[in-house]
Amino acid sequence: MTKFFATTAIAVALALPAHAVQPAEGEVLAESQSYTYWLLDAIKTLDPARNTDVEGSDVLRQLFEGLMNEDATGAMVPGVAERFEESDDKLTYTFHLRDAKWSNGQPVTAGDFVHAWQRVVNPATASEYAWFMELMNIVNATQIVKGEKPPEELGVKALDDRTLQVTLTTPTPYFIKTLSHATTYPVPQSVIAEHGDDWTQPGKLVGNGAFVLAAHNLGVDITLEKNPEYWDAANVLMQRVQGVTVNDNNVALTRYQAGELDRVQIPAGQYPRLSQESPDQAVSIPYACSYAYVYNVSDKGPEALKDVRVREALSLALQRDIIVENVLQGGQRPATTWTHWAIEGFDQPQTELATMSQADKTARAQELLAEAGYGPDNPLALTLQYNTDDNHKKLAIAAQQFWKPLGVNLTLNNVEWKVHTDRMQNQDFEIARYAWCADYNEASTFLDWFRTDGYNSGKWSNAEFDRLMAEAKTADDTAPLYSRAEEILAEEVPAAFVYHYAKVDMINPKIRGLPTDNVLNTWYAKDLYRLAD
Amino acid sequence: MFAFVLRRLAVAIPTLLLLIVLSFVLMHLAPGGPFTQERALPPQVLANLNAKYGLDQPLWRQIWNYLWGIVVHFDFGPSFVYPDRTVNELIADGFPVTLTYGGLSFVLAVVCGVALGVVAAIRQNSLWDHLAVGISIGAQVLPNFVMAPLLVLVFTLWYRLLPGGGWSFSDPSFWVMPVIALGTSYMASIARITRSSMLEVLGSNHIRTARAKGMPEHRVILRHALKPAMLPVISYLGPVFVSMITGSVVIDIYFSTGGIGKAFVDSALNRDYAVMMGVTILVGALTILFNLVVDVLYAWIDPKIRY
Repeated sequence: MTKFFATTAIAVALALPAHAVQPAEGEVLAESQSYTYWLLDAIKTLDPARNTDVEGSDVLRQLFEGLMNEDATGAMVPGVAERFEESDDKLTYTFHLRDAKWSNGQPVTAGDFVHAWQRVVNPATASEYAWFMELMNIVNATQIVKGEKPPEELGVKALDDRTLQVTLTTPTPYFIKTLSHATTYPVPQSVIAEHGDDWTQPGKLVGNGAFVLAAHNLGVDITLEKNPEYWDAANVLMQRVQGVTVNDNNVALTRYQAGELDRVQIPAGQYPRLSQESPDQAVSIPYACSYAYVYNVSDKGPEALKDVRVREALSLALQRDIIVENVLQGGQRPATTWTHWAIEGFDQPQTELATMSQADKTARAQELLAEAGYGPDNPLALTLQYNTDDNHKKLAIAAQQFWKPLGVNLTLNNVEWKVHTDRMQNQDFEIARYAWCADYNEASTFLDWFRTDGYNSGKWSNAEFDRLMAEAKTADDTAPLYSRAEEILAEEVPAAFVYHYAKVDMINPKIRGLPTDNVLNTWYAKDLYRLAD
Repeated sequence: MFAFVLRRLAVAIPTLLLLIVLSFVLMHLAPGGPFTQERALPPQVLANLNAKYGLDQPLWRQIWNYLWGIVVHFDFGPSFVYPDRTVNELIADGFPVTLTYGGLSFVLAVVCGVALGVVAAIRQNSLWDHLAVGISIGAQVLPNFVMAPLLVLVFTLWYRLLPGGGWSFSDPSFWVMPVIALGTSYMASIARITRSSMLEVLGSNHIRTARAKGMPEHRVILRHALKPAMLPVISYLGPVFVSMITGSVVIDIYFSTGGIGKAFVDSALNRDYAVMMGVTILVGALTILFNLVVDVLYAWIDPKIRY
């Protein structure tokens, strides 16, 4: 079976850009093609194997290019790979690479990918994202990370300079979707060999992306300039991209308004005002993260939370509409499922939580809690732990108020981030706030969390759920499996899902080409252009 | 005096050592580690990381290796959170920034603070006095985390005069707001200490004698009053100078200077052990040094003091 990305992909690529966003007729381009965007914090690393965060990925995506890219809707489009073939057993993928070059003029070869992927799983690299290669189910990834096999045995081979073959341990429906992730980018072997850990410094870093690193002042700004060696450079309009760190969101907004930034996050609670004042600038885009209160149902958790009636009552009584409309106010949506509503190919099941009115839900919550033996006369004492953040605090106070009439005395326990994480991972909590963001645009990125051997801090476990998730790995139609899995979560309530994120930003209307339909908010500076004032 | 300085320096070494060991142990006692994160790392990945950074060794050995690295190679180790950088590089990047805006703030605070204080004292209860006291109280009660966004609002958004943040060594327009935001409250404290100290000195016998001899007032003030009045100010300035040049997390956050103040707080929150130790040692060493400088200045200003 051979899959082409588009019919006659190669012919099209010669004549036209395969996917670059182009100005519409009548649009006048600005003389200076530059884009300046906001960074909350310093870029921690520019080494694709060591990057762990979203802001780092945003920069790496401009400096490097993986086998695949995403288009404005999040669909996979050719990157360095022009096309690929999938074997009938869905275990082997063969990628045919285009004639691409590193920014130093050297060709990008299949061997560069092999080297990069081996480097990620090599224990000597100590990559925090080594697990990503395990998630991709590449042959021997797990054993190599464990040090049981040498990195050379990773299931990735260069058949020749332009052909890359990847073998998987199990059919993985989302495999192709992982290939735009920064962890899978190729890295320049010779440059790393020459400079060691310093290879990511300006002047040394060599990439294969549409931009090159011009300057990097840690915690101040990072500047990228167009890479003339990029294979599609002829269709890249943007010349200069700058990420500017502003640690305070309100100051960042002021600087946006002063014209120093082209894009900035809107501070909590300011979206309604800004969207009225500047409807052409304030945007709210679905963003694939979900927020939840996780119950500890492990041995170390409180007895009361082992009762599903208590868990469900607490979930029903959370007035999500109020949280979304009065607290967050940024176009977020109430969550009745763990999977973000906008994830591709996901049908939200019609559960009680999704269909009942809030009044009915509150009444049902009281009944359930009474059945479980709790109520205003016999109050239930629980502790909600959250990490330091104004929004988490507001939501925790709201939850406290929603649960109080049920007879739940909720103690709020605010701890710093590392303590919060440490306690969650050691089941040293009762209820904890948690959020998860998608690694790729498919429901399993969320649902895997609740597998018995998933991250699953509350240690909930369900055999049917595990079986469904295993089945989904090889199924042709995964939608019903994921819906059923969500139904189990709705019945068993291992956590109270609170809301689904939105990305709430101010964007300079002169900047075009930023995706508004990509739930992972994956953007490529090569697709951007600036209109004249 | 020379013997005194030597003696103080000799005490400084064990003090610093104690500081290092205590910080190291306390830091490791805090829950979580540099690699504790939202998505728990698989045990094997975590083990690889710990092995790479030597965190799998017993604590005494880690301390020993750390001290050995510093003494023998002047190497403060790698950053765990910024894997592309070493602690030496991070400090070399951030400290000059902090030193620049902190040093300028210090000069601003001392010059303006002392001037305000002196004016207020010699014209006690006049309009000048009220104005000076008013300014210093105003500057004191306006905390820098209010002052900073206010400055950005006025100078960046309204008047478009200054960049709203960032840093450049070649363009002083980046320095203005951090210097003002950091310096004003120190200036206020210095003004108030100067004023009260000056008032006390002005009422003393040697000033009365000087005036009785018919010495011009400006000479009385500059030559006979100012020097003794500076004693309490100087004891205040020692620690203030160190805290200003080692950075302010507030200034670094609001103006994104890339300074060392935020790096320090972040390293503690991120459990970036090596960075935290590096900055602790830097601040500790500077504190010890400038306390010594203050003591030496004391002896120079007040001949009654003997060491």
